[in-house]
Amino acid sequence: MRAMTYRGPYKIRVEEKDIPPIEHPNDAIVRVTLAAICGSDLHLYHGLMPDTRVGHTFGHEFIGVVEQVGPSVQNLQVGDRVMVPFNIFCGSCWFCTRGLYSNCHNVNPNATAVGGIYGYSHTTGGYDGGQAEYVRVPFADVGPVKIPDWMHDEDAVLLTDAAATGYFGAQLGEIVEGDTVVVLGAGPVGLIAAQSSWLMGAGRVIVVDHLPERLEKARTMAHAEVWNYDEIDDVVVEMKRQTDFLGADVVIDAVGAEADGNLLMQVTGTKLKLQGGSPVALNWAIDGVRKGGTVSVVGAYGPIPNLVKFGDALNKGLTLRMNQTPVKRQWPRMFEHVRNGHLTPREMVTHRFPLEDIAEAYHVFSAKLDGCIKPLIVPSAS
Amino acid sequence: MTENHEDGVPTVYVSDKRTPPPSREELRARIPGWGADLDPADRPSNPKLQYAPGTSGAHWDFPERQPGAEGRERSIEHAFVTPVFGTAQPLHGVSGAIRRLAYVRFGEGRLAHWMLLIAGDRVDAWGSHLRSFASTRPDVPATGVRAEFTRGGVGSRKGRSDARHHLLDPVIVVGPWVAGAGAAALGVGKLLRALRR
Repeated sequence: MRAMTYRGPYKIRVEEKDIPPIEHPNDAIVRVTLAAICGSDLHLYHGLMPDTRVGHTFGHEFIGVVEQVGPSVQNLQVGDRVMVPFNIFCGSCWFCTRGLYSNCHNVNPNATAVGGIYGYSHTTGGYDGGQAEYVRVPFADVGPVKIPDWMHDEDAVLLTDAAATGYFGAQLGEIVEGDTVVVLGAGPVGLIAAQSSWLMGAGRVIVVDHLPERLEKARTMAHAEVWNYDEIDDVVVEMKRQTDFLGADVVIDAVGAEADGNLLMQVTGTKLKLQGGSPVALNWAIDGVRKGGTVSVVGAYGPIPNLVKFGDALNKGLTLRMNQTPVKRQWPRMFEHVRNGHLTPREMVTHRFPLEDIAEAYHVFSAKLDGCIKPLIVPSAS
Repeated sequence: MTENHEDGVPTVYVSDKRTPPPSREELRARIPGWGADLDPADRPSNPKLQYAPGTSGAHWDFPERQPGAEGRERSIEHAFVTPVFGTAQPLHGVSGAIRRLAYVRFGEGRLAHWMLLIAGDRVDAWGSHLRSFASTRPDVPATGVRAEFTRGGVGSRKGRSDARHHLLDPVIVVGPWVAGAGAAALGVGKLLRALRR
């Protein structure tokens, strides 16, 4: 089969690989019909995630058709069209039994501090991902869901991570009616977080970024006020000034570990890798939220330490809430919101690349060329 | 919006927001679905822990163990190799030895664990680059750069503050290749001189 493979930082290519076999009785093999590149894939691409091995196939946002099932699979059949949450989870450990599917303890031998994720280095379990023609899906009775007939494929693939993470991020904000919510980052997660903040009763939603095309999307798709931080001297002061000096009630960090906006952090974190990325957005969130407010973190950070202003969080009495998204838990309600048009994930898709052009897709997405907000990948076998 | 109150005292110094948010009616008219998840208790992730055994689709208490766990690396914070695990890219060579040391010797709370894994990554990448030079498909410093010409590399960055940071990328990406080529040239030169003596 054809599969994206990692060769080293900033280097990927498409190679011929064996179709993955069934390795556990509850495995399924899925033929990928549509995949996406996630912003967090860029952390792997840039060499920021420990134990990213040469030959690894990325990709944790994908949908497809079941090609083969293991002997203990009961809920899926060959030919089913499925959407697969980015989390790999057993459904039965201490954490899964309490709904923390993203923190499953039975799928990742390489680390206890993170669960299992498709195509996201060996730090999350060493599973090849879905930017390929076929992918192994463990615990087929637990994770995948048949795609509803009414659902558009592009909505389905975005619900496997980006959209679910945006919706989850708004929930972590503990928004109450009338709150002022600031969303840092107008990428796919931030756009859905902004839409979701309204569903939870926000009275004002502000999205901060510096890419004009993304801010325009936040304005039109998420009905948000938009701030271009390139045009603002100090984003934190602006958050105070624009909220009658109170600060935002809730700030959602939808950026993660490769934030721009501060040259020192960019160079030490993202370029020279002297810390685990650049935590500019998280520090803006901590300093811009009001005292006693809530910071929701759904932007991805890795296991290497960052220069985070924790003292400010302590002294302001903040609530910091975060997790990798337990995707499947979000789906029943999100399906309603997508069907009703309250959440519109596929509105974010700007580019569709054949798998053979995935190196170009990564470069375009990484360098933010050509107005790229969300690139999808179409495998040739689909 | 910046608010100007007659007494010059902003919200933060008094008991309540001085400018109330828009009314429900106004927000519902403007925003599709506004308030659909208004009740915090009725959101999918509330409460954080929802004890619900037997509802996930799992028909086991502890999953059957995947074969092949013997010798597979694991965090020493795990009691054993988890019943299901990835089998992609098993450890091999020098990078494999570095990574295995990280797993065997250091827990996840130790920076040494992660720095050794990063070191293993770089050794893995450079080893594979060197091997690729002996193949029909040698590695290049960066892939996908054709998009700079086909997808508006210059125009897309116009006016963006991060464009000046991008200037570092060629140095960081190509720099080690230039240094490697220089070191190789020096080494070959020294070798040739030694052979001539």
